[in-house]
Amino acid sequence: MRLVILEDYELASEWAAKYIRNRIIQFKPTAEKYFTLGLPTGSTPYNCYEKLIDYHKSGDLSFKYVKTFNMDEYVGLPRAHPESYHSYMWNNFFKHVDIDPANAHILDGNAQDLEAECAIFEKKIADAGGIDLFVGGIGPDGHIAFNEPGSSLVSRTRVKTLAKDTIVANARFFGNDLSKVPTMALTVGVGTVMDAREVMILITGAHKAFALYKAIEDGVNHMWTVSAFQQHPRTIFVCDEDATLELRVKTVKYFKGIMHVHNRLVDPVLTMKND
Amino acid sequence: MPSNKTVSDAPITQFINCQILKDHKLHREDLWVRDGRILDPEKLFFDEQGYADRRVDCGGDILAPGFIDVQINGGYGVDFSQPSGDTGAGVAFVARKVLEHGVTSFCPTLVTSPPHVYHQVLPEVKVQNGGVHGAGVLGVHLEGPFISLEKKGAHPERFIRTFGGPGGPGGPGGVDHLLEVYGCLDNVAMVTLAPELAGSQSVVEELCHRGIRVSLGHSVANLSQAEEAVQQGASFITHLFNAMLPFHHRDPGIVGLLTSDQIPADRLVYYGMIADGIHTNPAALRIAHRAHPTGLVLVTDAITAMGLPPGRHTLGQQVIEIQGLHAYVAGTTTLSGSIATMDMCVRHFKHASGCSVPEALEAASLHPAQLLGISSRKGSLQYGSDADLVLLDDQLNVKATFISGEEVWRK
Repeated sequence: MRLVILEDYELASEWAAKYIRNRIIQFKPTAEKYFTLGLPTGSTPYNCYEKLIDYHKSGDLSFKYVKTFNMDEYVGLPRAHPESYHSYMWNNFFKHVDIDPANAHILDGNAQDLEAECAIFEKKIADAGGIDLFVGGIGPDGHIAFNEPGSSLVSRTRVKTLAKDTIVANARFFGNDLSKVPTMALTVGVGTVMDAREVMILITGAHKAFALYKAIEDGVNHMWTVSAFQQHPRTIFVCDEDATLELRVKTVKYFKGIMHVHNRLVDPVLTMKND
Repeated sequence: MPSNKTVSDAPITQFINCQILKDHKLHREDLWVRDGRILDPEKLFFDEQGYADRRVDCGGDILAPGFIDVQINGGYGVDFSQPSGDTGAGVAFVARKVLEHGVTSFCPTLVTSPPHVYHQVLPEVKVQNGGVHGAGVLGVHLEGPFISLEKKGAHPERFIRTFGGPGGPGGPGGVDHLLEVYGCLDNVAMVTLAPELAGSQSVVEELCHRGIRVSLGHSVANLSQAEEAVQQGASFITHLFNAMLPFHHRDPGIVGLLTSDQIPADRLVYYGMIADGIHTNPAALRIAHRAHPTGLVLVTDAITAMGLPPGRHTLGQQVIEIQGLHAYVAGTTTLSGSIATMDMCVRHFKHASGCSVPEALEAASLHPAQLLGISSRKGSLQYGSDADLVLLDDQLNVKATFISGEEVWRK
């Protein structure tokens, strides 16, 4: 794994956005060869999306030949509800960039047959040739997407009932009223994300520090599902200083010491201008 | 990049780089239009996997709902109350010219006139949608003749009437008499009357029953009489302060409706303000606005001389002299009416009241739409509304006007 440590949330978001930008541009996507991107929601990637939008507005990055697959969506929440992940993606990303709507895939939490919806989603990913880069976050309980503690590390896209921790963490988006938070969600599995050719996990904030410790310094354990990525050939964890608070000093020193190697991935930052 | 056509084949226009008036604030957001209506882009994206066929760059300007003028007597030499043989053409001419002021819908207003004028003119002024030909006609505003002699203002005294008809005041004769005088009410959107006139109650009720707005004006009603009329259905005050008793602290008169506690809970009383800086002192404008901001409706009450260049003009039987924003009876200092355009009123209102840009814009769009009961399709930029738009710079000068999403005027 690469552990990329930046000083604060803003810088971590920027590093991540630059990395995504460079990966897409290096890939040279065309109508015959789309770049497939897995995407998260939540407060952690918010700033990263803002930067990607800036890169698009400045003409440096186009999403015309990018296909996206979101990680999850609540079950039973109307799609137009301001807290649905469809609304999040529309307001915070899709409406500002030039992605073709037919290439923006999000699980439908209001599908008649939820299991079929999950199977179709897996098929769409396979039909697209798999995911080139899956961007994700981590929950305070160490979950990736909605793969709550105890989820199989080889799980696929399916319906999950949310853990209490997750419901509490999400209550702030529903006026702090626990009764209004959806209790089920459709989510990509740990195995689904592990299938991606590359994975980037964004982790910022002191409240995620313990989960990060469990994910990278402890063993692979289905109680902390992000730990599965210790067995992925190409994973980058991008975090801020606060998220490293529970790590061993030695771990942090090692990765900070090779930051100059990591930075070659984002410097120089590429552009699609004059393409 | 067009939609996948599952819902509609119609082309989609996306207004970009604009600040749109939504939820009482200006937001930096795009506005989408299809089939003359404002489209929900999120539904378009997810349901239809569609996107815009063409983009209109607004250059950072303000995109607001088109203005609605519910009191305009004419302009550019046209007088709606003068039967000219082709009132329809006169209305159409003014309808086209007011596009320059950002007005996308209006109520041609007839002042107190004899029955034959109503019988001749009313059938010629039809409710119709706007377009490249001009602003939409929402219906006629009949200001009079059932008004107070004392508060006639510039209305011709000899045509002022009471509700007394063959059945006597208060009886069914009241409404029949009304119909006799006006003829057909099919294209009428609003009637201004004086509620203290005997027999007004049944008239107010009948008009409201027919969906016609009742406005109080040119009246010496006290507050109780005004409140009663509101309880019977009246919902507007014609040019507040003008042609009514002045506010008195023991009987606020019609002005008192702004803060009356006798208004039915589910309704608002709206009030027209001529914000030309001449008809109302800015301090009075501020008092009204602060007392009841959500009811304020900007009107021009423009007369025939509006839009004409400075100097002398002969209009009908009168000679008018235009100096700046003042229109005098030639050779006197008597004001003969208002000649401010709607966009001037919006700018003046904002300046005089110190209100925000959204408030100033809503006074000319949302509030008149609410008054007329058409706010589900006009007066706002909510999804599904008619795409009647005005493009304004930061100083609220009109740069372009759109009706049903089509550009109908550009500076």
